[in-house]
Amino acid sequence: HGPGVTPRLSVPPRYRRERALALRSSSSALYNNLAVLCPPARPPRAFGAVHGTTLSLLGPEGPPRQLPARGGCSALSTPLLTQAAWCELPARVLLVLTSQRGVQMYEADGSTLVFWHALDILEHPAAHSVFARGISAAGERFICVGTSSGAVLVFDIPPKGTNVTLSEVLEQHRDPITDIAAEQGQAPEGAGDLVTADDSGTLCLWSTGEEFTLLGKIPGSGCTCSSVALWNGIVAAGYGNGQIRLWEAGTGQLRAQVSAHARWIYALDLAPLTGKLLSGAEDSFVHVWKLSRDPDTDDVEIQHCHTECVTDTQVCGARFCDPAGDTFAVTGYDLSEILCYGPA
Amino acid sequence: MSARTLPLLFLNLGGEMLYILDQRLRAQSIPGEKARKDEWTDVDRKRVMNDIIGTMFNRKFMEELFKPQELYSKKALRTVYERLAHASIMRLNQASMDKLYDLMTMAFKYQVLLCPRPRDILLVTFNHLDAIKDFIYESPGILNQVDETFRQLIETYNCLSDGEFQLIRQTLLVFFQDMHIRVSIFLKDKVQNSNGRFVLPISGPVPWGTEVPGLIRIFNHKGVEVKRTEFTTAGNYVTPQREGSFELYGDRVLKLGTNMYSVSRPVETHMAGSSKNLASHAKENTVPNPLAKEELNFLARLLGGLDIQKPAGGETGFRLNLFTSDEEEEHAAQTRPEDLSYKVINIEATQEPGRRAELSRILGELEVAEPRPGSAGKGEDLLALMDGL
Repeated sequence: HGPGVTPRLSVPPRYRRERALALRSSSSALYNNLAVLCPPARPPRAFGAVHGTTLSLLGPEGPPRQLPARGGCSALSTPLLTQAAWCELPARVLLVLTSQRGVQMYEADGSTLVFWHALDILEHPAAHSVFARGISAAGERFICVGTSSGAVLVFDIPPKGTNVTLSEVLEQHRDPITDIAAEQGQAPEGAGDLVTADDSGTLCLWSTGEEFTLLGKIPGSGCTCSSVALWNGIVAAGYGNGQIRLWEAGTGQLRAQVSAHARWIYALDLAPLTGKLLSGAEDSFVHVWKLSRDPDTDDVEIQHCHTECVTDTQVCGARFCDPAGDTFAVTGYDLSEILCYGPA
Repeated sequence: MSARTLPLLFLNLGGEMLYILDQRLRAQSIPGEKARKDEWTDVDRKRVMNDIIGTMFNRKFMEELFKPQELYSKKALRTVYERLAHASIMRLNQASMDKLYDLMTMAFKYQVLLCPRPRDILLVTFNHLDAIKDFIYESPGILNQVDETFRQLIETYNCLSDGEFQLIRQTLLVFFQDMHIRVSIFLKDKVQNSNGRFVLPISGPVPWGTEVPGLIRIFNHKGVEVKRTEFTTAGNYVTPQREGSFELYGDRVLKLGTNMYSVSRPVETHMAGSSKNLASHAKENTVPNPLAKEELNFLARLLGGLDIQKPAGGETGFRLNLFTSDEEEEHAAQTRPEDLSYKVINIEATQEPGRRAELSRILGELEVAEPRPGSAGKGEDLLALMDGL
């Protein structure tokens, strides 16, 4: 290839389908509908996928389990879950579930309920749907959860025990929160270590601590940002129009735009050791990309590495299963399996 | 999750029901002069369509429907359609009603899944309403009612954001989760696989507002584009030509939600049954339903708004068969898989008496003039009343 010509490379497959893990029930069409716990020291891992009112759990030992949403009673129907994620803090790992009623936090194996926070339903007019959605560990001792009003709840997590407290409520978003992500690498000066995203595509950058500080806001253009990741000061965001955009966290500048998918993106995940980015969408495709930064120009680079097509399936969850991104797992709507992929 | 899902669910399922009934009535109709007293004519068909559509779109019912509320179970909703289907001289046996409901739900599930954008569910709804208007264009009164509902849809939904439409879509997909009934017309058209799952094409026009995948653009720190690269995938997409109209009248462009049945393409279903892995699925039908109270409240409100005109004294109902013969219908009734039966909601003994009485009264008013075997008394056993629906 000559200089100045950007070659359309035919890349040999980097991954192949390894196995499928059977779930007790199929996965629901929800953003980021796959939770993976990957302790660095040992496989096998734990997986979780939401089906309606329950979370299907596949742990390292024992049969698959189901965790129900809380907040149902004889007068009210069991609430629907919206998301589940493991939050890894230095002192402990908690499994967090969000639903139409509130936030449930369990010990990592799902055995014990540690904390329950009920959303204030009365505050919302009847026409608006009420739910919690968007989960992330933040700043070494917090867990952040988004809500349909746009508020982000910041919970202070003690190293052990059940004394979780609501430390702060961040009110910068006007639309329902879709996803929250913490910095997985090294944040450059002033770039912040947490990003929150909402239905309108607005992104907020925060610095975490006793008090969270808003560092910057990237206004949305009406196109939903359904999934977001933060790595070395780069925000990777997936949108309803199938685009992936990379933003400079410190300045809010757009650095890359990818026409990645033909339908709504449902999941993004990032492998912090290598900068690999995984995207899954309703168009049945899963793509693996590679993020990097040119050390001379400071330009952000994104290259396409690999494609998988999950035939006749709308992908709703996609996560790397190791920090280098050599393996990943995928869920789809109506699919009663977790599909696992490994090195080719 | 979205409190605005029910009107879209109800109107689209209703639209599919009307397509199917219209097709079956045409298939079974006899020219007027030749018809015996118990056979369908064209006049009968139009009357049935008028009766059902008129009932569906009455103001009080629509008012209840459009109130922000949660979606209820497939069982609860089926009760409303069973009522509607009997709003005229037409009668359906259980097996035919089951099949009708299966077809309606699988058709709308297909449309929801294949909608390019979540917002396009509204275009699907408009397609159904356009067709409904065609069914009753000779009745200006009913046409007005349908237009009223059309306007209410536009007012309620045109201003919603894409995110809110996706929430509606996700709520609908929870409702349709794990349904894989094979529909003959879908199998023939190769839009459904033999395992009951729909074919999701990876070619064709991308949704309006989405770019064809393949382009990567890089910008420098000043926001100037400095590089373009391309990547290729297995998909074969093209740019769409134009967007469908969200106005009262207009070209919807989207074909989803238009009538796919015709007299030459009859409707059949095969009971695929659910896979063995889904243990929880079978459980749903055997455990007493603790949601009964809330669902009964919902039914009471909705059915209370249905203003069913009872057939004039002395007129008996005409039976419509969704199958091609009585023997087939009988066979279907006997062989329907356990986990696909729409069992009646079991009502707890501690049911609040006031609510029971109210629903009992409403259901009583809607009762057709048929002797009900073994019923001890109206207020006494609500379960028997629902059984008889």
